[in-house]
Amino acid sequence: MKRYILKRLLSIAITLIGLSIVVFAVSRIAPGDPAKLAAGPDATEEMVQVIRKEFRLDQPLVIQYVSYMRGLLKGNFGRSIRTRHQVWEDIKLFLPATFELVFVSISFAIIFGILFGVLSAVYRDTWIDHSARFFSVTGVAIPMFWLGIMLQLLLAARFHLFPIGGRLDTMINSPISITRFFLVDGLITGNWVVFKNALSHIILPAFVLSFPALASITRINRAEMLEVLHKDFVLNEKAQGISERLIIAKYALKNALIPTLTMIGLRYGWMLGGTILVETVFDWPGIGYYAVAAAVYSDFQPVMAVTVILGLNFMLANLLVDMGYGFLDPRVRYE
Amino acid sequence: MNSTNPTNPINSTWTRWKRERESQIRSLKLTVYTLSRSPLSVIGFCFVLVFLVIALIGPWIITYPGDIKGAIHMDQKLRPPSPSHPFGTDEVGRDIYSRVIIGTGLSLQIGLIIIFVAMGIGVPLGIIAGYFGGWVNEFIMRITDIFLSIPGLLLALAIVGALGPGIKNAMLALSIVWWPGYVRLVQGKTLSLREESFVEAAKSIGASKLRIVFNHILPNCTSPIIVKASMDMGMAILFAANLGFIGVGAQPPIPEWGAMISTGRNYLPDHWWMATFPGLAILITVLGFNLLGDGLRDVLDPQSRI
Repeated sequence: MKRYILKRLLSIAITLIGLSIVVFAVSRIAPGDPAKLAAGPDATEEMVQVIRKEFRLDQPLVIQYVSYMRGLLKGNFGRSIRTRHQVWEDIKLFLPATFELVFVSISFAIIFGILFGVLSAVYRDTWIDHSARFFSVTGVAIPMFWLGIMLQLLLAARFHLFPIGGRLDTMINSPISITRFFLVDGLITGNWVVFKNALSHIILPAFVLSFPALASITRINRAEMLEVLHKDFVLNEKAQGISERLIIAKYALKNALIPTLTMIGLRYGWMLGGTILVETVFDWPGIGYYAVAAAVYSDFQPVMAVTVILGLNFMLANLLVDMGYGFLDPRVRYE
Repeated sequence: MNSTNPTNPINSTWTRWKRERESQIRSLKLTVYTLSRSPLSVIGFCFVLVFLVIALIGPWIITYPGDIKGAIHMDQKLRPPSPSHPFGTDEVGRDIYSRVIIGTGLSLQIGLIIIFVAMGIGVPLGIIAGYFGGWVNEFIMRITDIFLSIPGLLLALAIVGALGPGIKNAMLALSIVWWPGYVRLVQGKTLSLREESFVEAAKSIGASKLRIVFNHILPNCTSPIIVKASMDMGMAILFAANLGFIGVGAQPPIPEWGAMISTGRNYLPDHWWMATFPGLAILITVLGFNLLGDGLRDVLDPQSRI
């Protein structure tokens, strides 16, 4: 097991190097001159030269890549050409918001996806099954950003059930930062005002972000449950008089969860990409929002940094998924 | 009556053609029959059909052709849905119905271009990797894995960010994001086909590699490719709308659905129709292609699950 994890981590490191080359290459195919762009329209030739030197844009590509890579190893993602901020400092500011949102969303999608899948399979061809199937088909087709806007329109603007966007009301001070997740910080410092406010802000964006994942997890878990429930071992357990509930919740579900886990890993990646949309719709101050703001101005360092960080996160999540197989199915061997 | 007349030259070619293709026609009939038995597939098929028809005849059924190119009628701006403007008008008085209809044709183009470019890159690479194996396979699959390790929308954003916003760059970016999926699919399929006895047989009677690839491997890859293309068609349209929405895809006044929603969002909550109708168009289109792709998969490629 240890060997397997080490091997996987090594392979992740190699992929990460490849990823950084791809991202770096992408950033340099830009037709415009980034130095000119950063200097502004009225800049003199000297000013452009200064910027070019400052960001090392005058050196050969390979040297630029090597110095970029050297920076990456030290956790230095370079500086934004537009705001001149250190990108890593910005990311540190925005990353917790994104992860808080993604964790809430993926937990929601996993819990309810599995639940709906099981219910739909157990109550096959009843209204529960039909509505779960209808939802699982439309859920993946609905444009996330549009769903967000519609919910804002209905639940926030019309019925005032939720705030329109943001992480906290402007009148409320951020909690003392310990984990930098507002929900957790509010909870452990006993700051109920913050907790409640943060919760009411996160519900809509998390719901929207989890929607496609929830739909596809429901769908695959239903299909797997249906298949497993017809297997001989389930019949055998029934014959032995094990309660229906225990069979479903423990023995059948555990078998059905293996393909579901694959889907969860896949959907997690989509969800990371989806933060770009959801954070834009809900003014959520995360790195998706940050990347969009930078990309619109062809400000490249932030976009590269976000791509590398979320790519790494996705790879680690996949490693976790692969280890989950062994947990669910003792026959799985890691080599 | 004429169809059985063997002296008619056109009909005799037709019957000969029919006889030669008998097995294909039969399997096509079976596909159609099985599809028609599944209500969801029929709904999907109908949605896709409506989408295609609207995309093709769009220019003839719109009521305000000038509004597509960015005409301005400030006296008509922000009108709610009414008989003369069924979907209302936007911030400069353009008819949203006309723009959504023309957006259909645009989406069809976007989807087709992305899928064909992705297939054009992915299918040959997949066959090469799967058929030749060894370090070629290792090399191609490594690169594929790198591309698959980045959330697609994020990579597309990065590429468009580098190339500059615009509909052409968005399509290019999405094609770059999409090809690795086809490599994976075709490589896996080729790997298993390579071991089949009919490929072995062809090899043993001295068929060239090209002949094996084109006559034996590729035809057997078409079903999964068709299924994936049908599913991807909807997803590609959705992703293009995503990019349009965040402002790096199609730029106003191009009547692209995502960009229209992006503009409409600024006029909420009072002018709800601006964002609502283009969104419904996306939903129905993507839903149609997904349902159709699902049905096709059950018929053409029953082994695959996800």
